[in-house]
Amino acid sequence: MILAITTPKPRRNVELILLVLALAVGIGASAMVGLNSTAAFDSDFWFQSSLLIVAAFAFHMILRFRAKYADPIMLPIVVALNGLGLALIHRMDQPGEDTGNNQLRWTLLAMAVSIVVIWFLKDHRLLRRFTFISLAASAVLLVLPLVPGISAGEVLGASVWIRLGPMTFQPGEIAKITLAIFFAGYLSSNRDLILLAGRKIGPVQLPRFKDLGPMITAWLVSIGILVFQRDLGTSVLFFGLFIVIIYVATSRISWVVIGIALILGGGFLASKFFSHVAFRLDSWWNAFTPEVFDRSPGGSGQIVQGLFGMADGGLVGTGLGQGRPDLVPFANSDMIVALIGEELGLIGLFAVVMLYMLLFTRGFRAALGARDAFGKLLACGLSFAIALQCFVVIGGVTRLIPLTGLTTPFLAAGGSSLLANWIIVGLLLMISNTARGPVDTTPITHAPTEAVQTS
Amino acid sequence: MSDISELTITALRFGFLLLLWVLIFSIVSTMRRDLVIGRKAAMGTPTAREVRKHPELAPAPPQPVKQQAHQLVVVEGPLKGTTLPLAASPILLGRAQEATLVLEDDYASGRHARLFPQGSRWFIEDLGSTNGTYLADQQLTRALPVELGVPVRIGKTVIELRP
Repeated sequence: MILAITTPKPRRNVELILLVLALAVGIGASAMVGLNSTAAFDSDFWFQSSLLIVAAFAFHMILRFRAKYADPIMLPIVVALNGLGLALIHRMDQPGEDTGNNQLRWTLLAMAVSIVVIWFLKDHRLLRRFTFISLAASAVLLVLPLVPGISAGEVLGASVWIRLGPMTFQPGEIAKITLAIFFAGYLSSNRDLILLAGRKIGPVQLPRFKDLGPMITAWLVSIGILVFQRDLGTSVLFFGLFIVIIYVATSRISWVVIGIALILGGGFLASKFFSHVAFRLDSWWNAFTPEVFDRSPGGSGQIVQGLFGMADGGLVGTGLGQGRPDLVPFANSDMIVALIGEELGLIGLFAVVMLYMLLFTRGFRAALGARDAFGKLLACGLSFAIALQCFVVIGGVTRLIPLTGLTTPFLAAGGSSLLANWIIVGLLLMISNTARGPVDTTPITHAPTEAVQTS
Repeated sequence: MSDISELTITALRFGFLLLLWVLIFSIVSTMRRDLVIGRKAAMGTPTAREVRKHPELAPAPPQPVKQQAHQLVVVEGPLKGTTLPLAASPILLGRAQEATLVLEDDYASGRHARLFPQGSRWFIEDLGSTNGTYLADQQLTRALPVELGVPVRIGKTVIELRP
């Protein structure tokens, strides 16, 4: 007989070694940028690097104390991506612009919030109690950008921003976490009901109409985001998140089939009624037509310039700081993948894609190891959200699918996205901590006492 | 920067790409250790200190060696006295010609029951027979383990497992 019980190993020392490598990548990228620009090794470089090192090691020490058995790979991957992103954003800064330092401030804030999550949330199962509160919170967060007064108005065609004092913030980024908590909590309690009922037609078992309720709601929410906030990417992200969690919960392929049909139907209708969606499709399909290239707004100039940049980079790239990514609009946020393709080449771009893939597999590893249904669904949903964002962005930049405005996780300039993704990583680390650690048989702390019938 | 030669810059450029992939391969080799399943050495044998902290890690006391079934004997019915050696493959019991033990028994169904090994034990499972399969006078409703010397009745035939 194979002895299945093995000692749980914290593997924090492995994490430390990988973290040093990851910091070398991030700081090395900054150094390369510094070497190739006129203002080499100014005070910014030393300041940024030392802050990043301190923050990364602080996070590592918190994991040692608070989540000893957490996955040792996630933190190094995320630090490497974030460091690389900082270097690239700093590289794109024109004299007088401060996007790089702004991104560094958001990085430190995001890491601090993630540490707070790990420190105070001892067990991810506690989140299950906030299932319906999360739903309400998501609704509020999604409506906020439409409320006059705090809305930042329509920026670049989409109204997804709110104004908080001097800063702007994208509440939809946080909503993707609260929605994942709601879907995971709802489906971990109700999946048996959805699974058992239903008529069978051919090989697919169709769900009952009333069980379709949540799915229709999710679809309407996504369509609502598309119509009122004009944000195609977020709407695809939320709907994809829902389909994946329900598919993982019920292992019914019919949900995926229905979901894809709804997406295609919704997309078709949207392209008929909304000019911005139609422009997106057109500039994807006919990107190289001169009229489409030059059209403003909604032309394909951005995509095509990105493609030219990547073609210029070739296999090994032009070297950090030596390309011409300034020809591409939004090279430090939406098009940062094109910037990587240009300056680090195909080899560097594949390394970045590989890092995302490894992060995604680690998230699923945590889901496989989690011992409760809620933890499994939440880990699947959160890691899938990161993967879907990567697919939508990288697919859009490489013209595999129409370009939609989603952020590249951890790389692109944008504080809200950075904050949300670091919180996601904090949650995944918590789930992997319970998944890899010794079996915890004690009930959740402060669990509500079961209602006792006294009669 | 003109004071750094073109060659150094190129070397650093390729060095950075190499560094990226070194990171990836280090991560993958860490994951490889995580994926090894069931090999104690790879995950670490519990030390005496770890066993004190987590008593459930102590190696299980050796189980008393059970006698394994090595043959099937027909003790009653038309085929009385027939023996069949038990290998690692499952055995189909019934009147059908493809059965491992073809029962010439009017009360047995074509594909009556299935005897299959799992771990160190043999299990019997009824295959939807007309007259049912009885393990120690209990009609089978699901697959159950068959211990040595416990009679299994199929129609008029009774079989037993022997060491």
